[in-house]
Amino acid sequence: MAETQIADSGLRELVTFRVGQQDFCIDIMMVREIRGWTPATILPHAPPFVLGVINLRGSVVPIVDLSARLGLRPSEPDDRHVIVIAVVGTQTVGFLVNAVADIIGINQSEVQPTPDVASDATRAFIEGVIVTEERMLRVIDIKTVLPKSMETAEAG
Amino acid sequence: MSTANEIRQTFFQECDELLEALDDGLCEIDEGIADESFDLETVNAVFRAVHSIKGGAAAFGLDALVHFAHQFETVLDVMRAGELTPNDDVMKVCHRAADHLSDLVAAGRDNEIVEGELGTEIAAKLIGLVAGSECAEPGNDTESETFVFVPLGLPIPTNTDNGNQELTLSRFCVRFTPSAGLYASGNDTSLLFRELSELGELEVTVETDRLPDLKNIDPGESYLSWVVILLTEESEQSLREVFEFVDGLCELQISLDLDATMHEGPSDATKDVVDEARASTGVPEEESTSPTMVSASSPDSGTERAKPATGPKATVRVNLDLVDRLINMVGELVINQAVLTQCIKDAGLLDRGELSTSLAEFRNLARDIQESVMAIRAQSVKPLFQRMARIVREASELSGKDADFLTEGETTEVDKTIIERLVDPLTHMIRNAVDHGLEPPEQRRAAGKAETGHVKLTAAHRSGRVLIEVSDDGAGINREKVFQIAVEKGLIPGDSILKDAEIDNLLFLPGFSTAKEVSNLSGRGVGMDVVRSAIQKLGGRVSIFSQPGKGTTMSISLPLTLAVLDGMVVDVAGQTMVVPITAIVETLRPKAEDIHPLGADNQVVSVRNKLVPVIDLGVVFGHRRTPAPISDMVLLLVESDGSESWALAVDQIFDQRQVVIKGLETNYGHVPGVAAATILGDGNIALIIDPEETAHRSGPVADVGDRARLEEV
Repeated sequence: MAETQIADSGLRELVTFRVGQQDFCIDIMMVREIRGWTPATILPHAPPFVLGVINLRGSVVPIVDLSARLGLRPSEPDDRHVIVIAVVGTQTVGFLVNAVADIIGINQSEVQPTPDVASDATRAFIEGVIVTEERMLRVIDIKTVLPKSMETAEAG
Repeated sequence: MSTANEIRQTFFQECDELLEALDDGLCEIDEGIADESFDLETVNAVFRAVHSIKGGAAAFGLDALVHFAHQFETVLDVMRAGELTPNDDVMKVCHRAADHLSDLVAAGRDNEIVEGELGTEIAAKLIGLVAGSECAEPGNDTESETFVFVPLGLPIPTNTDNGNQELTLSRFCVRFTPSAGLYASGNDTSLLFRELSELGELEVTVETDRLPDLKNIDPGESYLSWVVILLTEESEQSLREVFEFVDGLCELQISLDLDATMHEGPSDATKDVVDEARASTGVPEEESTSPTMVSASSPDSGTERAKPATGPKATVRVNLDLVDRLINMVGELVINQAVLTQCIKDAGLLDRGELSTSLAEFRNLARDIQESVMAIRAQSVKPLFQRMARIVREASELSGKDADFLTEGETTEVDKTIIERLVDPLTHMIRNAVDHGLEPPEQRRAAGKAETGHVKLTAAHRSGRVLIEVSDDGAGINREKVFQIAVEKGLIPGDSILKDAEIDNLLFLPGFSTAKEVSNLSGRGVGMDVVRSAIQKLGGRVSIFSQPGKGTTMSISLPLTLAVLDGMVVDVAGQTMVVPITAIVETLRPKAEDIHPLGADNQVVSVRNKLVPVIDLGVVFGHRRTPAPISDMVLLLVESDGSESWALAVDQIFDQRQVVIKGLETNYGHVPGVAAATILGDGNIALIIDPEETAHRSGPVADVGDRARLEEV
């Protein structure tokens, strides 16, 4: 909901971060907090990109390795990694990223459609790209990177 | 919009309480019939409950509900006037009416429309009751007159006054002084007057004496009062009804013919008492001087407005989410306390007397808070039992078997969620008890029993769990028939030799249904297996005990709360996991000679000459690739309700403790073999194993259908 409101007014604030060697960003309204990496409890039968669950002040929050999820190399999490806790609907999910860079404000019109050259695996998760000062930011479509409901989880 | 919704929600919450009070009252009257102790106050309480529902419903435009409530109210009104003596037949109709009223309330809540027939039937019966005694208060009957069929009974001419009143024009003087609250709640005085003008000739004078200068005026305050002279055929009662919805928000004085003596305070109590007085004396005009005056500020009327006819216990309505959040935070507090203790211990400060004393105190406090917070979620099973009383009534009507419903332990408190989820299984069990359990009346007579069967529902706390029992005094389970059917349906081989208890348990098999014909009540083949899985989902067990000729008892044993469970904290290939203690029969360290390989990678362990399949949890959950030598591990013997057992192999047992259950479903989804998660003392998460699901997944006989049903939340 917040998303559409912002889209309407044209202005968006995005949190940019680094995964692998690439820059990504998500809408700041989705981000609840950013915290350091803590070891997660392994979830059995989970897809490889789900690292497990952590305790976020009493709630059990699954952690997604964004690198693995986006079809890049699976990360080997260490103290320098960062978890971006995002709230999507009623679901709270943590995304493991290499580092959070900054917060930028852009106009919705600056978001360009994803170029066709991108690989399918990555493209499916990206709603568009932004070019700023020699950098290209990939805007992640957060709903697609969530761990799927239980059927898919069981299959994986 | 949302405020309106909120008010609506509050109304329906109140309705639930009122319906409960209504049911209570009716049962009390029921009991009164037997020893002829007829308590007028109980009837009044019942009347008020119906009246309040009607009042609220009118505000939300629930016409069907208002209409029906009005008819019901009329009957109760006659009853409290002493013109209708409650007997069994009358009470039966009243109970049915109460049931229908609760249907209508539910329909109103869900914006549905209730099928007319049943309502009309009950309504007709209600009118029949009134007609049978005396048609009271003609002024009150403006609505029912529109569709009333002509009463057949002759009115007993005891109350001649009603007749007079209808014909003569009375001159009423109404002094009406609204309080600021009346305007604040959105009422409009002009609408009230308009309504009054429909009753007769109206003359309105406004009094502006209290109106201050413009510069001193407070726009939120009420300064005006009115004197209304009304020439009408209607009774004072009708006048008061106009002001029904501003009750308590104004000063209202109604007097006949400018009589100087007026009574104040138009509270329900005043009205009720006055009504009574009038009904008994039959002279309404004298009420102003009669000693039954009650002022609006009397404690009686105060409590009555807040919560009619329920005990003196004060309650607060709280959003369940808030309670859950509180439970969550308290859980965190307890964990935090554990972490703190660990830190202090690590720092080597624990030996300092004072520190360790206050730390222990802190721990006790945290535990106490946790327990108290858990208690907030607990609710008495009474509403549930009342619902079941209704099921018995319906079932006995449909099946043509008379059944008395007895309850015990209504005040037993259980977690709200458990109560909610018990409705369906219990309904099923109660219906079964009436439909299958009780014999038809002829058969009962032949067996030397009373024709009226008994169905009993009890609840009690037993060693940290809740025990709920449904019992009937019917014929008991026909084991031969059950066995035969199970064989016919291919559920068991024909040559099986089963113990009585095992035959009884066949009832819980999916697809088992003993009724030869599908009756309206039960026997759709989705029987006891659904009941059992629903109970199991709540962490409970259901068992059955039957004595031929004497009856059947089904017991449900449930945890007190869904929020915590007793667990054994174990190590599974380096991962900490929790196994619910309720599932564990025993733990053992196997000797090498007791373990036998079976097939490629299956192993069984012999426990007192019984071979039990071994399940290596580390392998099942993918924490290690190859099975570790079983002889180095600890086995947890778990048993399912189907008396299957498995031995779960874990690396070691750490601890046994109460853990707070945290769902995985909201943020992630269901994990096969895992019931939920919990947070350990060190703040890390441990998964709680669902032993049966784990065993079924790894075992050769994966009962997929059953699993699927259990998995849906």
